Amino acid sequence: MSFSWTRVGAILVKELNDYRRNRFVMVFTMTILPLIFIAAPTVQLLSVPAAASSSKLDARIGLSLLYMLLIPAIVPSTLAAYSVIGEREQGTLEPILITPVRPEEFLIGKALAVVIPTLVVAYTLFGVFLALAALFAHHGIESAIFSGSHIPVQVAFTPLLAGWSIWVGIAISARSSDVRAAQQLSVLANIPPVAIVALMGFNVITPSTGLALGLAVALLAVDALGWRAVAAMFDRERLIAGARR
Amino acid sequence: MSLHRTAARADHAALVVEHLSKRFGDRVAFDDVSFEVGYGEVFGFLGPNGAGKTTTVRTLGTLIAPTSGSATVAGVPLSAANGPAIRARISIMPESPGLYLRLTVAENLRCFAGLYELDDIQERIDRALRAVKLLDRASDPCGSLSKGLRQRVGLARALLNDPAVLFLDEPTSGLDPVAAHDVHELIVSLREQGVTIFLTTHRLEEAERLCHRVAILNTSLRLVGRPDELHERLFNQALEVRVRGSLANPGSVFDGLPGVDAWELAGSGGYQLAVSEPELAAPAVARALVGAGADILSLAESRHSLEDIYLQLIDEDVEAKRR
Repeated sequence: MSFSWTRVGAILVKELNDYRRNRFVMVFTMTILPLIFIAAPTVQLLSVPAAASSSKLDARIGLSLLYMLLIPAIVPSTLAAYSVIGEREQGTLEPILITPVRPEEFLIGKALAVVIPTLVVAYTLFGVFLALAALFAHHGIESAIFSGSHIPVQVAFTPLLAGWSIWVGIAISARSSDVRAAQQLSVLANIPPVAIVALMGFNVITPSTGLALGLAVALLAVDALGWRAVAAMFDRERLIAGARR
Repeated sequence: MSLHRTAARADHAALVVEHLSKRFGDRVAFDDVSFEVGYGEVFGFLGPNGAGKTTTVRTLGTLIAPTSGSATVAGVPLSAANGPAIRARISIMPESPGLYLRLTVAENLRCFAGLYELDDIQERIDRALRAVKLLDRASDPCGSLSKGLRQRVGLARALLNDPAVLFLDEPTSGLDPVAAHDVHELIVSLREQGVTIFLTTHRLEEAERLCHRVAILNTSLRLVGRPDELHERLFNQALEVRVRGSLANPGSVFDGLPGVDAWELAGSGGYQLAVSEPELAAPAVARALVGAGADILSLAESRHSLEDIYLQLIDEDVEAKRR
């Protein structure tokens, strides 16, 4: 039996339907949490005085955009961390694994179900952020945001960071025996990529096209190989019987 | 030679299990288990908690790898590589149905129909729901259903792919008598349709009522056979006699009768006769009792329930462990 997108689709649709009916996911994870992340950078940006020095301007913009990148890093992490261990705890993993679904299909379905709403939320809020900057920020900030490389970097790094967050979260979920521990570990696992972006934002690491590209390629490689690595870690027997072979 | 035999038997058997064992480290889940289940058969797998029933089902369902031994499930040799092919041909209903409680009954089934890559999904869902008499609850969230109804949804889910072998793991566990009766009725109806069912349970009356054959597992397989065969194998054949009052000299009545090997008192006016051939002994006993002027209240072959058999075997295991 070969890889089946029908089975991936079945998992994806089931997950999206489940999110839709889950008040915690809809209200907190997909609404309140992202709004918190957009409120701080917006205030940061709009409160910059018109006469601010260019270094201060850069720092504020860097900080604001860092906040925006926290959305694709943090929002999917709790959902991804729940994906396998959550199914196990609610007793739904065994019926799924009894079907012909392969680990790769199961994991890609789970990952897509997290990445799709994450990207919708992250890009929507980034659009809102840009609109607020265009409408209310003073000219110096507006031109710094719109004329620099900020927008393409943000657009490119949003799915890359989400991918990292999701695969690391699912990997932790597949090897964990407790939902809360998995979610906490998953949030912690997002510190390295966010820290690098933050260090660039604050000019501790000098941002350059080469560095950004290098980081992007590294994240892309992790995202592309992530599902294979996690599929290899997916031990049906341990998940069902709680024991190693 | 053995491989050829296995392949030939796999043609007419839904399950062929040969010397299958599973260990988790030092702990033996089940050991050296061998049996066959024919197509259309309802096979009961009995045993106390921790006997290895669920682990056996999970092993045959390719969720767990065996430590040793071999099996053929729905015509496919048991191996990790054949896992998806075996899982496509069978269904397992775990003890807890494991439904997505926020999703409706139909959404739950649609997800699994997709995982089995079924065609005409809606028709299959309707058919499965009709089989478990839940067609009118298709739009209800599973979280709003009672435990018994959830079990029925689990059964509908297990029927979606028309499995060659349907594994039911403790399907009535935790259900009230009415809900358990409903599930029994569904199993009877599936049996009448010729569905091959592998039923694990520790409810003996359930196995006795529903199964063509039963196996008793207590880590190793203790016995396999039809419930009536098992009585004969485990217990001496006996007649139970009750008369009004009591016999003045029972020895003169029962001794030397054809087919009667021994007798003993069994309460007031009751006698238990060990017999080699009940059909020969019963008329002779009746004639002798009438001849002795006794009023016969009852004369019947002694029936041992599956529970007697089960308890006898489990007691033997406990005794063996003590020794």
